[in-house]
Amino acid sequence: MLNRTPALSIMIAYNNIKYGSEAMKYLRKLGFFHELVRNKVLYIMFLPVALYYILFAYIPMGGIVVAFKSFNYRDGLIFSPWNGIDNFRYFFLSGKAWLVTGNTIIYNLTFLAIYTISSILIAIMISEMSGKFFKKISQSFMFLPYFISWVVVAAFMYNLFNYDYGLINNMIRSLGGEPIDIYSNPGCWRFLLPVMYMWKWVGFGSVLYLAAISGIDQECYEAATIDGANAFQKIAKITLPLLRPTMIILILMGIGRILRGEFDMFFNLIGNNGLLMDSTDIIDTLVFRSLMGTQDFGMASAAGFYQSVLCFVIIMVVNGIVRKVDSESALF
Amino acid sequence: MRKTADQIVFAIISYVFTGLFALFTLFPFVILIVNSFSSEHSIINYGYSIIPKEIGFDAYTLVFQNPQKILRAYGITIFVTVLGTAISLYFASMAAYVMYRKDLKYRNAIAFFIYFTTLFNGGLASYYIILSSTYHLKNSLMVLLLVPMFSAINILILRNFFKGSIPDSLNESAKIDGAGDFTIFMRLVLPLSKPALASIGLFTALGYWNDWWTPMMFVERQAIYPLQYVLYNVVSSVNVSSNVVANASTVVLPQESLKLALTVISTGPILLAYPFVQKYFVKGITLGSVKG
Repeated sequence: MLNRTPALSIMIAYNNIKYGSEAMKYLRKLGFFHELVRNKVLYIMFLPVALYYILFAYIPMGGIVVAFKSFNYRDGLIFSPWNGIDNFRYFFLSGKAWLVTGNTIIYNLTFLAIYTISSILIAIMISEMSGKFFKKISQSFMFLPYFISWVVVAAFMYNLFNYDYGLINNMIRSLGGEPIDIYSNPGCWRFLLPVMYMWKWVGFGSVLYLAAISGIDQECYEAATIDGANAFQKIAKITLPLLRPTMIILILMGIGRILRGEFDMFFNLIGNNGLLMDSTDIIDTLVFRSLMGTQDFGMASAAGFYQSVLCFVIIMVVNGIVRKVDSESALF
Repeated sequence: MRKTADQIVFAIISYVFTGLFALFTLFPFVILIVNSFSSEHSIINYGYSIIPKEIGFDAYTLVFQNPQKILRAYGITIFVTVLGTAISLYFASMAAYVMYRKDLKYRNAIAFFIYFTTLFNGGLASYYIILSSTYHLKNSLMVLLLVPMFSAINILILRNFFKGSIPDSLNESAKIDGAGDFTIFMRLVLPLSKPALASIGLFTALGYWNDWWTPMMFVERQAIYPLQYVLYNVVSSVNVSSNVVANASTVVLPQESLKLALTVISTGPILLAYPFVQKYFVKGITLGSVKG
């Protein structure tokens, strides 16, 4: 047992003098370093992930100051000259700021609403089904879209809505109607995007809610049945109230991300389509376009800063409120 | 027990609604697969249909006769997925184990260090500039491996799993028997957490497989394009062929059916694996509610 690691010998020494008060006080003062030495194997085990997060999250976090600089590649992140709030002035005066903020919030709220409602509906229906086979098959189908990327979904959209060959337009033509060109019709997307979002995520969401439902004590339902409650009453008075904590946490997470757009979705389904820009441009696509397309670092960094900081503030405020009202439901 | 009227009504609504929704989710997949087997001529003249008018394998034949590009993309994707998932899973579970150890004074600080990255970030501009011009990661396989590597949520889920399924006493008795912290992790914790590791590993692997964002941001070298990015280029461009087939300009190519065939070829493995791995994903979603 007496092996050779210094950590262990210090631990033994620590235990031996634990009750010698002077030495004990001295060791306590060492606190931080002492802990590091004592558990050094554990801290070393954490090192790879720590390094990763320092390099790929914390250093880029510091890089957010680029929003106050006039960035150029020659001088790099550190030596590019400061330009105060010019980038922000540019971002807000361009008129883009309010447009993309509005779009991001409206789309995200629609997505959150449709996702929550349909996931809960599907989960409740599946939980009440007695046919095992039907349950399994339909769940498998609904979960399938979770596994494919938005790139593939974009291909699906093309198959269905392409003006010349698309299936939907084909059907409309064969019925004698006028085909719709969704790629030049901004109005459709207000409806189509939420539907696609639901299509992709409801399988996932219903699994989450189904897990919460299966955690409900069956005796509640039995007691309600004895009291003469019908199927709909049981859902309204037992299932839904007991799903509330799960619902609150998931909605909270959604609200916390309200300014973070679904970049993958918008970028793949719409891309750089100028005709649809006003109705489908979100903060994330604006940042991407400015950064990779026009190399407009000012716009990209100001919009990014605005998004990151506001997102952080929103999640702190929302969490703070929830903590006050119902601390069990708070995120952290 | 006999069913009462309200139960029957509810059951009918459930079956109809869920059934229709399930068909709705499956529909695009069916359209894709069916039409990928129809001839270019039929697509150009009659458009996509639910039942193909003319069967044709032109596009598949073309891809399989000139498989260099696709095979290369497959190779890159498989390499990155396998290696990335293995590294990620190993170190993520190690970090989770460190946070799970109750005798570690700074375990909560560490957890917060990881959780905080989900609350705040430096924005895309800073991320892009630092990765490409400070770390010089552009156009390397490294960037494909590193960017999707760790997810804070997955690490915290693993920690919660350890908390819920590996009792502290087990740790202590192993310590008394003389096992070090690393040995305990390798010999005790990893074998006991196989179900959680399978789930989290599959989530990570799916993330790697479907990653088109990293190559779009950081890779311009065609030789290391992964499958999803090749597919992205095909889906989003009018001139499909040069992305798929070498020396494409010399022949007239079935553009439309090529798009379909390539989508099927790149999504195929996921669809084939799906029935076997679905349960691990369902388990993974329900593994643990994450609290910081």
